[in-house]
Amino acid sequence: MSWRRLPTTLRYTIVIVVMLSAWQGYVALSHVSPLLVGSPIDVARQLAVDVANGKIPTATYHTLQTLLTGLAMGALIGFAFASFAVFSSVGRDVLAVLTAVLNPLPAIAILPLALIWFGLSDRSIIFIVTLATIWPVAINTDTGFRTISATTQMVARNLGLRGPRLVVDVLLPAAMPYILTGLKTAWAFGWRTVVAAELVFGVAGSQGGLGWYINNARYYLLTASIFAGLVVISILGIAVEALFAFVESRTVLRWGMKR
Amino acid sequence: MSAISAPPLGDVIVAGSGVAIAYGGVTAVASADFVVRRGEKFVLIGPSGCGKTTLLKAIAGFLTPSRGTITLDGKPIGEPGPDRTVVFQDFDQLFPWRTVLDNVVYALGIAKGVRGAAARERAREMLQLVGIERAANNYPHQLSGGMKQRGAIARALSLEPRILLMDEPFGALDAITRSQLQLDLNAIWRKTGVTIVLVTHSIQEAVFLGHHVAVMSNSPARIVETVDTSAVDDIDSPEFVRLSHHLRTLLITPESEARALRGAAE
Repeated sequence: MSWRRLPTTLRYTIVIVVMLSAWQGYVALSHVSPLLVGSPIDVARQLAVDVANGKIPTATYHTLQTLLTGLAMGALIGFAFASFAVFSSVGRDVLAVLTAVLNPLPAIAILPLALIWFGLSDRSIIFIVTLATIWPVAINTDTGFRTISATTQMVARNLGLRGPRLVVDVLLPAAMPYILTGLKTAWAFGWRTVVAAELVFGVAGSQGGLGWYINNARYYLLTASIFAGLVVISILGIAVEALFAFVESRTVLRWGMKR
Repeated sequence: MSAISAPPLGDVIVAGSGVAIAYGGVTAVASADFVVRRGEKFVLIGPSGCGKTTLLKAIAGFLTPSRGTITLDGKPIGEPGPDRTVVFQDFDQLFPWRTVLDNVVYALGIAKGVRGAAARERAREMLQLVGIERAANNYPHQLSGGMKQRGAIARALSLEPRILLMDEPFGALDAITRSQLQLDLNAIWRKTGVTIVLVTHSIQEAVFLGHHVAVMSNSPARIVETVDTSAVDDIDSPEFVRLSHHLRTLLITPESEARALRGAAE
């Protein structure tokens, strides 16, 4: 029986089991200090404990809340920029210059400035997550608007559509493949930014999300907890990928706008 | 000669006089005079690049003539609107994110203020008229090219336009589907009596569908002759052959070739 005839889920499961066994085998056979590397079993046990005692759920909720607030604001501002750029040439130039200047800037680099403005609070993190997510949304939405076919635009004008109605009813759905790409990129940027910022916050002694949880575990040399935090971050990333895949299957794939 | 095909001798609905259209610095139409009467099928035919689509877009209101005037019911053409609905050549004119039925329902809501059950009922009638009621709940990408064009015609007609503008609507279809749609368009016209302006580069289509065929030439882009084709319906009749031949002579002559060459050299 050849490997590629096996069902996908089974193949992936085998890969995961082999990797976990290698990890467990390394920890068991090498006698590496548990302060340096936690075994998969230790990590799983720690994960179960910290989920049960509420540490991980609280941290996860905190991180997601901060991220989603920033992402929502970033996406709204991004849409506004793109809509402005579609209707006026001034808006187009403003967007071009702002993205050229601000997009290459890693949002985490703005954290010190944000700390001066907003102090050691969630508002600082929300601010930089917003900055991290505006540009991918704005650029992709703008590209989406600009690639709408001349025919679609003429049909909309023929029906008498204009202004906000035109944006919501025609431009947004017509640009949906690009908008979803923009949101996916924004999520990836925001996710990295929020975890990094929380690590810095952890160093600064403030309490909070998953980054703080990981950094806190470092203080107490709870290596298995550090691994558990990383596992949670990874699983959340996979879950969000799945969520985007679901949204795509219900929209652009169903509409035949993306294959 | 076919009585059912003859247009009612209606009053003038659209008239163009001395229409010139410049398009990005280039004169796309040099001079066009034409009259479209209520209830007739008026065809614009010409070689590619002769400005026939430009002229249709000007009637729709997407372009403004640089000289001359186009009127609808005696008033100058304004912004594009649902009183002049357009069916395009491209297959992407139905919104892909709405089902076929929803495309019509949505257009009714936006352009006519008809919503809810009334809109759905009217949309179903229209889909039935064009023969795609069974695809009502499909998304456009699930339809063949011919069905997409039928959907576009249904949406355009549902808005009860003063005039239906068609820009090479069957141009991207295979020959068999195209012939079928030509037959069906005639049937739809008989049922609705809608005034149609249709752009094509097919002589057969022009003579078969048109009551009047305005023949356009290249460089200068203008209407050289408007031919009355209202008396023919049977493509095998000698009269059909004679009119087709006449159109071919107008469109393809050594002179028109020489004119095109001169135009290219200028």
